Amino acid sequence: MAELTNANAPEGFQNDPRVPDELKNNVFITSLDKIYNWGRKRSVWPMLFGLACCAIEMIATAASRHDLSRFGWELMRASPRQADLMIVSGTVTKKMIPQIVRLYNQMPEPRYVIAMGACATAGGPFKEGYNVVSGVDKFIPVDVYITGCPPRPEALLHSFIKLQEKIEKQSLRNVPWYQKGEEDVVPIPVLGPDLVDLRRAQEIREKAAQAAPTQEQPAA
Amino acid sequence: MAEETTNPPPAETPAAPKAAPTAKPASPASAGAKPAAAKPAAAKPAGHAAPKGPPLATLTPELVQLQQQFGESVITPAPYVGVLVNDPSKLRDVMTYVRDQLGFDMLANATAVDYIKEGYIEVVYHPQRSKGGQPITLKVRVPRGNDPVAPTEVAVPSLTPIYAGAEFQEREIYDMYGVRFEGHPDLRRILTWEGFYGWPLRKDWHEPYYEGDTKPFDSRWPGGHHELAEERVPWADNVNYPPGFDPLNFNANPDAGLYDTMISGVPGVEEIASNGHAQRSPQFKGVGAAVPVLDRNYNNLADEEELQTDQIIVNMGPQHPSTHGVLRMVVKLDGETVTDLKLVLGYLHRNHEKIGERNTWLHNIPYTDRLDYICGIANELGYVITVEKMMGIKPTERAEYLRVIMTELTRIESHFWAIGFLLNDLGAFYTPALYFITERDLILDLFESVTGSRLMCNYMRFGGVSRDLTEDQLMHARQLAFDRIPRKIDELEQLLTDNEIIKARTIGVGYLPADRSINYSLTGPCLRAAGVPYDIRRVDPYSIYDRFDFEIPVFYGADVYDRYRVRVAEMRQSLRIVQQALNQLDQTKPGDIQAGKKAYNHRVPAGEAYGRVETPKGELGFYLVSDGGQNPYRYHVRSSSFINLNSLKEMTVGHKVADAVVILGSLDIVLGEVDR
Ligand code: SF4
Repeated sequence: MAELTNANAPEGFQNDPRVPDELKNNVFITSLDKIYNWGRKRSVWPMLFGLACCAIEMIATAASRHDLSRFGWELMRASPRQADLMIVSGTVTKKMIPQIVRLYNQMPEPRYVIAMGACATAGGPFKEGYNVVSGVDKFIPVDVYITGCPPRPEALLHSFIKLQEKIEKQSLRNVPWYQKGEEDVVPIPVLGPDLVDLRRAQEIREKAAQAAPTQEQPAA
Repeated sequence: MAEETTNPPPAETPAAPKAAPTAKPASPASAGAKPAAAKPAAAKPAGHAAPKGPPLATLTPELVQLQQQFGESVITPAPYVGVLVNDPSKLRDVMTYVRDQLGFDMLANATAVDYIKEGYIEVVYHPQRSKGGQPITLKVRVPRGNDPVAPTEVAVPSLTPIYAGAEFQEREIYDMYGVRFEGHPDLRRILTWEGFYGWPLRKDWHEPYYEGDTKPFDSRWPGGHHELAEERVPWADNVNYPPGFDPLNFNANPDAGLYDTMISGVPGVEEIASNGHAQRSPQFKGVGAAVPVLDRNYNNLADEEELQTDQIIVNMGPQHPSTHGVLRMVVKLDGETVTDLKLVLGYLHRNHEKIGERNTWLHNIPYTDRLDYICGIANELGYVITVEKMMGIKPTERAEYLRVIMTELTRIESHFWAIGFLLNDLGAFYTPALYFITERDLILDLFESVTGSRLMCNYMRFGGVSRDLTEDQLMHARQLAFDRIPRKIDELEQLLTDNEIIKARTIGVGYLPADRSINYSLTGPCLRAAGVPYDIRRVDPYSIYDRFDFEIPVFYGADVYDRYRVRVAEMRQSLRIVQQALNQLDQTKPGDIQAGKKAYNHRVPAGEAYGRVETPKGELGFYLVSDGGQNPYRYHVRSSSFINLNSLKEMTVGHKVADAVVILGSLDIVLGEVDR
């Protein structure tokens, strides 16, 4: 938001009789969207939530050299109820994804997700692993992706700036969390013989009924 | 103790000195003794091309003694290392003898290998002496079933009554191979979850994104056709279900059995818990005893009868600010007192070993960085020297020095981190950690300028390292080692060591006496804080650690406070090593950092080896089996964090729940290494 001074205040307002004298120079006119987003973007509280190696770089970002506080984001909350941002910092495993989804559902809206590093983005070096989910976006929506293994702290800071840009562009009129209708809750996946994504239950059932699993798949 | 173990008996270490002559029979026998830098380099290509590697282990006197004692039931199959107990029911007798008569009082490592062609699974044990020397290898075999879900028919007797440290390792073998262990107190899956389909590390078990047995995959050759993993599998995802699986109608209970033993009450726990505290360390002099608030027994506050409380079970984690990652502690609480504790692991199980067995040998180096991601370079060293042992090559002098400099810097950096976060756990949230992270960042700067990455350095190579240090970088390293870090360690000690609050909260907390620590196979600073001077750099020296003048700091409190003090003292010793290494580096040839030619493809002679190094967390071992190809047949990581966690319950029961957090912090685990 541009600085509003008396000099560049809109014509007419300087002498508006409705504004008492002592408030002159203290009243700024802006749109609700702007002031709302301006406040929001500088007080995003990330969740204190580390998964793997990338979390070490996240902690380093919060430390004095890189200093997250410059963005007003230093208040990491251990409870999802008090957080706006989930930084998925590390490998998302099948055993962990039910908890991640649950935490995501517990965060109040508006909520944002940063997928930090190759693993959270797409599975990373461990993609082929049997216990690894190929990217957290298979389950929860992601706002910003950062490349790197691990991304440098600067890259994480960059993602914050990107997220701020995104927040700035949102408008109260059409943000999802003020719309009518059901809240968009992701069903928590279940650990069975393998990870079961309940949104795809029907499809899984059909395929399991007709196809033998890849267990016997011939070598390439 | 230190003197006694400085010089290993040469006959027992076939690895380094004898390697060159064996690999190249024509070379004079004198090549083994402290050769000039050029000599081993000359021997290298021959060693590399030779079909047979050096003998990885000979029949040590202990094994001979074992054979005399047990006769027919202990045999030595010719091409293999170690001895085979051919009657599994004898295993406990043999192991008891090994522990009590031969003095191998720690179970360094237990793992299994699936020999699918031969039709059996081999369980491999590496007991070792807490007094030092090399571990011995013992094996048993059980026929592998071909049922994808059922565990093996023949059970192996569990070693938990003999070595308490076997508990998690046996559970891991069960989880990965489906080998049953008879008499195990709590045989459940540990890294995957109850109900998981199949035994992941068996050779005929293929993960959903399976493409081929070994890398590089045929489909990835230039000109070859490659499909995305998502397009290859029927589910378009990294999942795999048994035929006919119905996702809308099945019983999911990933925690099956978890609470059973906790609810029924664990023997022995009640009596420890009933007097309100665990055993005190002898060092406990009642710090703060004069201050009533700090009297942690609350003896005179009220009648115990009046304070009767119910027991409840609380889950801490996997998302919890004090569990150092995605660890889940399930604690049973009586009021504030922990009466039982269980760990649920595997939330970061990234299938390191399965992936490692598909990778080429070289491929695995960057993966080891991601084991204990605080000290990546130290892990690389462990892997690299194990493979070098198998290939019979030796790095150049300069590379050896660079390795030592880098790994010791990692140790300092890792201890800074550990201490910072221990304070976090004590309630000094983040401010102390900020100081240490600042210092750590300076070390990481050096790593970054040398290797290109702050954490995942990928620095070691077989027979060398990837980059030499330039003059500027050496200046940086000198400045750190001679000036900055010593000052900062002094500052750290001034702030913390005599701090009253720290003493009140840590002395006597998390006590685990030396004999129990050994029985739990605890390694690293935690073991040395219990008075056992066990440090692999000294008891079984590798690389060039025998050239440096340093001490193994030992404390006797066996509590959180002494674990902290050991770490501080170790940082000073590491500095000494770095300083000496930097001074001696001038005597080596700049740029001479790789023995032999750089290679992408390594063929490692068939055989097996167990190599280990002392990382900041403890003993990191690699058990590798090669079938002579480009990929490890078996790639097992013996991780210290994982095995150290075994003892958490015994350390914690009887303490307050707030101390549970501190005790965990003092173990200094890293989940990447715990779950792999
Ligand atoms: S992207 Fe790399 S650094 Fe980050 S969690 Fe994955 S392996 Fe670790």
